[in-house]
Amino acid sequence: MITLLYDGSFDGLLTAVFEVFEYRYKDVEIVSNGRFHQENIFAEIHEVITQSDKAERVLKKLEQNIEKSGIHELLKVYLSEDSELEQLILSAIRQSIQHPDKNILQNYADTDILKISKICKSVSRERHRMTAFVRFEKMQDGVFFAKIDPDFDVLPLIRKHFKDRYQDQKWMIYDLRRNYGILYDLENCEFFYPEEKLDLHKYQQKFHDEEQNYQTLWQRYFTKTNIVERKNLKLHVQHVPKRYWKYLTEKW
Amino acid sequence: MNFERLKEKLEILADAAKYDVSCSSSGGTRKNKKGALGDSSVSGICHTYTEDGRCVSLLKILLTNHCIYDCAYCVSRSSNDIKRAGFTVEEVVDLTINFYRRNYIEGLFLSSGIFKNADTTMERLVRVAKKLRLEENFNGYIHLKSIPGASDELMQEAALYADRLSINLEIPTESGLKLLAPEKNRQDMLSPMKYIQNGIAQYKDEKKIFRKVPKFAPAGQSTQMIVGATNENDLQIIKVADHFYKNFSLKRVYYSGYVPVLEDKRLPSLTTAVPMLRENRLYQSDWLMRFYGFKAEEILDPNMPYLDLEVDPKLSWALRHLHQFPVNLQTADYQMILRIPGIGVKTAQKIVQARRFQILNMDHLKKLGAAVNRAKYFIDFNAGNAYLRYLTDKNFRNLLVGGSSSKFHNQFSQQLSLF
Repeated sequence: MITLLYDGSFDGLLTAVFEVFEYRYKDVEIVSNGRFHQENIFAEIHEVITQSDKAERVLKKLEQNIEKSGIHELLKVYLSEDSELEQLILSAIRQSIQHPDKNILQNYADTDILKISKICKSVSRERHRMTAFVRFEKMQDGVFFAKIDPDFDVLPLIRKHFKDRYQDQKWMIYDLRRNYGILYDLENCEFFYPEEKLDLHKYQQKFHDEEQNYQTLWQRYFTKTNIVERKNLKLHVQHVPKRYWKYLTEKW
Repeated sequence: MNFERLKEKLEILADAAKYDVSCSSSGGTRKNKKGALGDSSVSGICHTYTEDGRCVSLLKILLTNHCIYDCAYCVSRSSNDIKRAGFTVEEVVDLTINFYRRNYIEGLFLSSGIFKNADTTMERLVRVAKKLRLEENFNGYIHLKSIPGASDELMQEAALYADRLSINLEIPTESGLKLLAPEKNRQDMLSPMKYIQNGIAQYKDEKKIFRKVPKFAPAGQSTQMIVGATNENDLQIIKVADHFYKNFSLKRVYYSGYVPVLEDKRLPSLTTAVPMLRENRLYQSDWLMRFYGFKAEEILDPNMPYLDLEVDPKLSWALRHLHQFPVNLQTADYQMILRIPGIGVKTAQKIVQARRFQILNMDHLKKLGAAVNRAKYFIDFNAGNAYLRYLTDKNFRNLLVGGSSSKFHNQFSQQLSLF
């Protein structure tokens, strides 16, 4: 068994996959630095140095076989932070190289492919929910700020949605769990990585004067648009799982 | 802006608008212009859900609940003693923009009680949409409720600024409408609908020739009917829906189980339960017509004018057509796979894709997401299927009903439980 250690990036992972083929390794596992605990002292370690040209070549090959949409699915598996993600992506790429004429991602009867399809569904669901459940709060400096805490690392997947939608206001979405965010300043829309966690305690005091009013209006609207005679909390919780409530203005 | 007064108005006019069923923000695309606000996409987004489980994607309000009509089923009817309020055009625009900027909503759904007359009311609704588009550069979703009897000129303008237009049919049958809303007539509802339908068709023709044609109600038209306020049967309702899909090219027909809120001798009593299960079955039938290739006549026929409350309409159809089963998963065409109870559109598509790679078995089917507890009786695999022996059983129906329990069963049972 050979263990390939990579830096945790998507490019790094693809470089590792490239080297599996390059060195004709058969029995391998790919592990990211951050999650590596050496248990088997006899394991043979191969350190992968991320090389964008190797990653690029894997992507190019993949694009021929499973198209851009297929690569996007593998990216979702990567962003799922699933403990099996490396093994699944390697398995899919191996199958794809073996059957270049077919889109192997549609072979749902295969265990690994089915897992990939399930993970993609979960990640897509979370992505969709993050386009829905983000709540901006207007700050004194006019920036609309939102904090999120998704189960999967979906920020890269929602950047375009918000960039397209909110072009005439400054905004910021910050992932509390992973400590990074997106910032749009009317011109650029980039990721930012603060050195320390943002201090959220003082932040409510920095609300724009009108912010509290609109929050109240929204809460009143939410209450009044409900039809009491049709109350169905089970359905409600199914649609808005409780773990999101703490960031929803209407669930104050 | 007087915040306290605005809050009060919002409470009154959201409360009055909540019985309108439509909340979808889908069906049309509108791209954001550079440096402007908002866009909308085909799939739409539900931003939250009320405690009754309905999605909230739009700010759904009435412009005013002052109304000259006295329709029996409507809380805003003129003879009902309630607080009245009205928004100014500026207030609606301000609420929409500020809710949208905070990502609470996909856009606006604006309806209104009818004050003065149809055209005055419609003109005011159009003015809101126009201000949002032209002055605020807003490209989010706008759904306007057309006012029955509004003039063609106003409908034309409405379609230029709104994404979707709708007119409530209110009651499925004309006789029912006459009984509960004597001042309204079907014709006033149909002619604006016809006008928009023609406009959309014309837009599509022109679009083929010219690249730039102003959008015309890009998300199409929808309507809704109240179910259970009068004594129409399900067959009549489905036929009406089918008629409007075919002859008016409607995007959606909504069904609204009647919530008894008013005492009136023409209406079911205030203690009547909301017909949730019936409403659910109607939506299932609607799906069968729109996505599963079923014809209205297949779902119900004159000998059986009500939907089966015990089993869903697709299973009900299958039970009446057992001779068409079992269906071989490896060879059947997509349309027939869609008709297998327990298999939905997504699963059917996956089956058709996956069977090219290998021969499918029951285990695969389960993993692909089919409701195997129902589907297993209707499917033949290349290797055979032991469950098929039940298909000819006299008690087959009971076996199926017993084997699956509806999640609605207790909650929305038509019968009140005694204890």
